[in-house]
Amino acid sequence: MRHPAQTPAPPDGERPRERVTATRAAIAHRAPARRRGTGQWAGWAFLAPVVVYLLAFYAYPLYRNIDLSLRDYTVRSFVRGDAPYTGLANYAKVVRDATFGPALWHTVVFTVASLAFQFAIGLALAVFFHRNFRLSATLRALFLVPWLLPLIVSSSTWSWMLNSESGVVNAVLAAVGIEPVNWLTSPDWSLWSVTIANIWIGIPFNLVVLYSGLQAIPSHIHEAAALDGATGWQRFWKVTFPLLRPVSAITLLLGLVYTLKVFDIIWIMTKGGPSDASTTLATWSYRLGFGTLLPSFGPGAAVGNLLILTALVFGLVYIRVQRRQGAA
Amino acid sequence: MESLDRGRRAACLGLAALAVAGGLTACSGSSGADSAAGASRAAGGGTYTIWDPYPQFDDSSEWVKLLTRCGTQAGVTVKRTGYDTTDLTNKALLAAQQGNPPDVLVVDNPVVSTLAEAGVLTSTDETEIDTSAVTPNLLAAGRLGGKTYGIPIGANTLALYYNKEVLDKAGVDPASVKDWASLTAALQKVKAAGKKGITFAAIGTEEGSFQFLPWFWGAGAELTKLDSPQGVAALSLWTDWVKKGYAPNSVINNTQTTSWQEFATGEYAFGENGTWQLANAKKTGFDYGIIPIPAKDGGTAPAPTGGEFVTVPVQRDASRHVVSQKLVTCLASTGNSLTTDTTLSYIAPTEQVQAEQVERNPELKVWVEAVRAAKGRTGDNLGTKYPKISEPMWKAMQAALSGSQSPREALTAAQTTAASAVQ
Repeated sequence: MRHPAQTPAPPDGERPRERVTATRAAIAHRAPARRRGTGQWAGWAFLAPVVVYLLAFYAYPLYRNIDLSLRDYTVRSFVRGDAPYTGLANYAKVVRDATFGPALWHTVVFTVASLAFQFAIGLALAVFFHRNFRLSATLRALFLVPWLLPLIVSSSTWSWMLNSESGVVNAVLAAVGIEPVNWLTSPDWSLWSVTIANIWIGIPFNLVVLYSGLQAIPSHIHEAAALDGATGWQRFWKVTFPLLRPVSAITLLLGLVYTLKVFDIIWIMTKGGPSDASTTLATWSYRLGFGTLLPSFGPGAAVGNLLILTALVFGLVYIRVQRRQGAA
Repeated sequence: MESLDRGRRAACLGLAALAVAGGLTACSGSSGADSAAGASRAAGGGTYTIWDPYPQFDDSSEWVKLLTRCGTQAGVTVKRTGYDTTDLTNKALLAAQQGNPPDVLVVDNPVVSTLAEAGVLTSTDETEIDTSAVTPNLLAAGRLGGKTYGIPIGANTLALYYNKEVLDKAGVDPASVKDWASLTAALQKVKAAGKKGITFAAIGTEEGSFQFLPWFWGAGAELTKLDSPQGVAALSLWTDWVKKGYAPNSVINNTQTTSWQEFATGEYAFGENGTWQLANAKKTGFDYGIIPIPAKDGGTAPAPTGGEFVTVPVQRDASRHVVSQKLVTCLASTGNSLTTDTTLSYIAPTEQVQAEQVERNPELKVWVEAVRAAKGRTGDNLGTKYPKISEPMWKAMQAALSGSQSPREALTAAQTTAASAVQ
């Protein structure tokens, strides 16, 4: 880039000062244009790895899954790759299936109950830990344990604890004189049992995100509210909660996406049983595709896609709400 | 809101990328992948691949040593991979789709008909594998449309383990258990003596159906009619046991492993389980015995056969089948069969080796009898219809045991589902 001082001497009659300004303006105009030229290529180069990655590991599997759900696959046509295109027949089949209604309802109950309790308990703990006290860091770290454990470990532990015959939960109930409950083997209880386990596993996530959200709220607002005579309860509902709204929204959205697709906990604890009493769309999708001796890939993929679609819809709703809040 | 705009732009880019990916994959055929796999195999020369569902065995095990030995005899190098059994079906289907199946596939017997129907397996007519020594009831699981698609490597099945101490205390002589009535009477005595009756696995998967079948078949029911009076009788037997507390409620969620763990506590009089638990039975620390599962009115009930078939998947280069045939014949030969089945804790598929097994270990006598009475799940010409019947059956089982439906209602519903599924 040329320095203005190096511009040729102005011809007579023109005031140097004006020339310099004009040159500066020209440079200022030209330079970004040139930078955009090379910069664009560099930009694409930086983008390329992530685009390739997205294509290979997200777009292609997604495309294959959609393709699977639109064809009539039998084991024979799966091997030969000549499955006939049947449009939405798999979706129609899945929706008409007797398992669909209960599975959808269980998914709603499981998701809503999990989110509500995870969030409420997570928030309560976050507020509790926000007032730093002795050992609070240690205690907070302990709360992270469910999050750090492999799901197979925590789910197996829950399933032992809730065992009808030898589980510790029924032993405790028996000690206080309550009849044993068939947590995992009664159609009335199995869905609640897996939900309880999922809530326990989800609390740390809510705690961590909401705790960091709380720290982002400037303390002087609380002080001002306190000076104005707001009680602790009022300060929570009128100051903390509204200011935490963006963090709460993203926590709930992430929680929703995560909970919709929970599979391992249910599969390990009840296999969706007894007789589908704890089957959700996620476990049903797996069972259709892999859970029997004869895989039905098409319907399995269709159920999976319905789940993706549901998560996508909520994601879009979230963006919409965010945009409206941003505009307001 | 700049960040949002950026987000939207990224989303558009993502969509564009998706479209490109769709276009690309739609254009590319599968021939590229196939030829690549073929080339890499040709470069390997005399390397033959074997897949089996025994991931518990490593290279130092008798099983893998045998595979290597058979390879050496056939003049080739054997490359063996062990997969989890539930994983193996889909792995095999996917490999066949990609055109690079293993040369020899050892696979769970009810899966054979599925793979055969998919056109993945060669028949023993094509590969000239001799199956004449195998007992017909074991070979049945590998038969489809008049052809046989492999040879059983060994068989296991179910019987009743009993705890001698518990039965002694309750005053029950195990020899008196001859039919359902005497078994139920024994359970009643055991419960009265303060111990637990029987445990089995009624989980809502294929394992549950596997455990239920000896009772179902033992009542004289057939898989083509789930809600026959015999079928209802079998399910009512189980349901009554749970209702009366002769069997624990946890059976609804039991796999065969958790059911074994219950039996191993020493609290239970009986446990329905398989040959494969024999080694564990010795570790329980109590005296145990084994009786065949009784049929409703006496005699041994036909239990379903477990165990794998050795199969030869279709190769594009059919000349490879010649070596595969040698490998399979080696694995199934009389001498090797004894080694393999001892290693796997299986009963051999031929009468000659069965007799040898009993001679070496008299404890196996009851198992040999059980295997001789056993029946393939995909037999009776059911083939790939079996999985479509098995699923409604295990659901009915769970519905009845958990009390949400009566055995009759549950099986009637199951029959409706199964009938429409197999059409």
